[in-house]
Amino acid sequence: MPSAPARSARRRRTPTAPELIFGNLWEFDPSPETADPKLKAQYDLFIDGQFVPARRGARFTSINPANEKALAEVALADESDVADAYAAAARAFPRWSRLPGAERGKYLFRLARLLQDRAREFAVAETLDGGKPIRESRDFDVPMAAAHFFYHAGWADKLNYAFPGARVVRPLGVVGQVIPWNFPLLMLAWKLAPALATGNTVVLKPAETTSLTALKFAEILQEAELPPGVVNVVTGAGVTGAAVVAHPQAAKIAFTGSTEVGRQIMRATAGTGKRLTLELGGKAANILFDDAPLDQAVEGVINGIFFNQGHVCCAGSRLLVQESVVDEVVARLTLRLRSLRVGDPLDKNTDVGAINSGEQLARIKRLVAVGVREGATLYQPPCALPPKGFYFPPTLFTGVQQSHRIAREEIFGPVLSILTFRTVDEAIEKANNTAYGLSAGVWTDKGSRILKLSTELKAGVVWANTYNKFDPASPFGGYKESGFGREGGRHGLADYVTLS
Amino acid sequence: MSAVRTLAFRRFLQAVGPVDTVGVEERVAKYGTRSIKRQAKVFGLKLAVSMVDQTTLEGKDTTGKVAALCAKAVRPDDRDEDGLGCPPVAAVCVYPSMVAAARRALGPDSPVRIASVATAFPSGQAPLTTRLAEVRAAVGAGADEIDMVINRGAFLAGDFTRVGDEISAVRDACGRAALKVILETSELETYDAIRTASFLALRRLRPGDFIKTSTGKTSANATLGNNQVMLDAIRDHYLASGVAIGMKPAGGIRTAKQALTFLIAVKETLGDAWLTNTRYRFGASSLLNDLLRQLEKERTGAYQAPYRFSEATESY
Repeated sequence: MPSAPARSARRRRTPTAPELIFGNLWEFDPSPETADPKLKAQYDLFIDGQFVPARRGARFTSINPANEKALAEVALADESDVADAYAAAARAFPRWSRLPGAERGKYLFRLARLLQDRAREFAVAETLDGGKPIRESRDFDVPMAAAHFFYHAGWADKLNYAFPGARVVRPLGVVGQVIPWNFPLLMLAWKLAPALATGNTVVLKPAETTSLTALKFAEILQEAELPPGVVNVVTGAGVTGAAVVAHPQAAKIAFTGSTEVGRQIMRATAGTGKRLTLELGGKAANILFDDAPLDQAVEGVINGIFFNQGHVCCAGSRLLVQESVVDEVVARLTLRLRSLRVGDPLDKNTDVGAINSGEQLARIKRLVAVGVREGATLYQPPCALPPKGFYFPPTLFTGVQQSHRIAREEIFGPVLSILTFRTVDEAIEKANNTAYGLSAGVWTDKGSRILKLSTELKAGVVWANTYNKFDPASPFGGYKESGFGREGGRHGLADYVTLS
Repeated sequence: MSAVRTLAFRRFLQAVGPVDTVGVEERVAKYGTRSIKRQAKVFGLKLAVSMVDQTTLEGKDTTGKVAALCAKAVRPDDRDEDGLGCPPVAAVCVYPSMVAAARRALGPDSPVRIASVATAFPSGQAPLTTRLAEVRAAVGAGADEIDMVINRGAFLAGDFTRVGDEISAVRDACGRAALKVILETSELETYDAIRTASFLALRRLRPGDFIKTSTGKTSANATLGNNQVMLDAIRDHYLASGVAIGMKPAGGIRTAKQALTFLIAVKETLGDAWLTNTRYRFGASSLLNDLLRQLEKERTGAYQAPYRFSEATESY
């Protein structure tokens, strides 16, 4: 019960530094999302509007990274299956590309609505297969994927107005698309929607650890009665991807993934006349000035690096803090970290879920060990990780230097490297001192500084006083080793058509 | 004078730091996505009951109305015989003229405290001497807590010293009574101003005192956003000085779901030590029965009609 305040205690200081307690006084009960993901035990390839087994009958297992249990057996496509897919796409191209734009738009609207209808089911499937928190797949991945179909559905019959001063001559043909495991369904939408709106046909290869929502989406393609062959889904690992890239019928390759694989694809397509867009890695700088609203900046920094366990190509993995406020910022970050909830991705209260694969977890651990060896100071909040599955606690490194590997290499995990700067110019210099150039963040109360930095930072996206914001109308893509080409907006459309 | 005041405002704001509106609202939206089930829900609901300042602040208040309020405050749930263990609320909140009536209704040693708004509530537009006299009268009549309003006119004119000094004067007039400082957030408008006013109050308060969002007499009352800005200020002040100040959102919190969301904000911003009615309160008049209704639903699995709860205002 309340007690009367002790007046004499006003100026009294407790002997130890005041601390906040983030304990278990009010422990939340588990709150798992219960919608049925409607997964099948076996998935085949989706070629020419039909589900067909791989020619050689090979399969691989897709597991749930949260508990390492098998989810489904997925067909493993080889060159011959990829050839079938390209043949189907080539057969479908003449009719699909000549279809009036308004008709193609109807299909896209239908896909968007069907995805919305089954949003919960897809969200659970996405979380089971990829390990991301249900909160994110429910509130971000699935609605955003639907939004991309809606947006591009609108463009389908207005392509001649999309590029003032130019005219759309024709779509490219059959497009080979290879997508990553961090946003399986969303990346599918980013790739399919503009390709279909502009009249191309597609051979799509999802990542081997996260094929299931793409195959579930193929069911939606059937339900929407999309003409056979317009979209074909071939599943498998690197070999399958290489076959998709190498196939002579591909008019264009669109790839999202690592810079390393991006290089291989660039080599493979050099001199073939194939158009190419690459959306690759990043090591984004989040620049925090001393006049920034600190609590909101800290929240944005947390969102920037721990969103989707840091499996985000544009993750704000380098925090550049003005030296005068570094202690305060680090104190707030560590405090905020303690109320992040790590654990079962299906639990609606989970903030940080499972790492996508054992392989990725090993890579994160390796780079974190390097960081410690290089002399950076590691902080991880006390948190109990589930015994089974791939998990890594949210991690901060302070005292990181530009020359440290954890400041230069993409970790693609929940690891934030904190560096300091003194002046605006130094911040710009450090932010641009990287092989990548996908995104950056600026936190300041000063509007003119935002404008200056947004022009001087060599990054495809610069967020000001926010981070990780996406919209189908806003083009996304990188500079330097983060790739080229844009996705979303009119810029994204332009990469799928020939203009005059 | 005005230039000096502007400078004072800017210096003060610079010292406490600005607030980004979009960022705050994004942060608090996340609290709403927390899913509180079963035992956690029962715990949260009971905790919220124990934090309610059951309020009546109307011109038509009578001793009869206050007696009814007090009876409900002591035993909110008339089904409480079967060990559900619903706690009494934290306090009743009345006008100074009703404090004596509340004391008579509650008796001298009630677990329910008596809070009284004072200082020419809600506008505060009376001479300081009048306001202080009102505070002393309320304390003299048996109030355990005083809810004061800050001088918003002085604040908006940039006269921070006056705002702060008046808070100090009221604090001293409170004696052993706890003080809650109402910022009236809707009249301050911006989060920057709310943060600034929070610090003006926090630096004058004693452990066990509170800052409070609103009077409930203006169009906009407590929101998750201004609750968050004030919690952040309390945290910053505590970590810098070691002085723990409480928080009271008031007005507009009518449903159990809202109350739980506010409590999640407390849990994730200030931690476990603020999950108690000595440091967090809800100023509300209709929240209590919705909390009881949800508790009853957890117990029986079914929602009861509003008229099944005593003192229901929405019977049909």
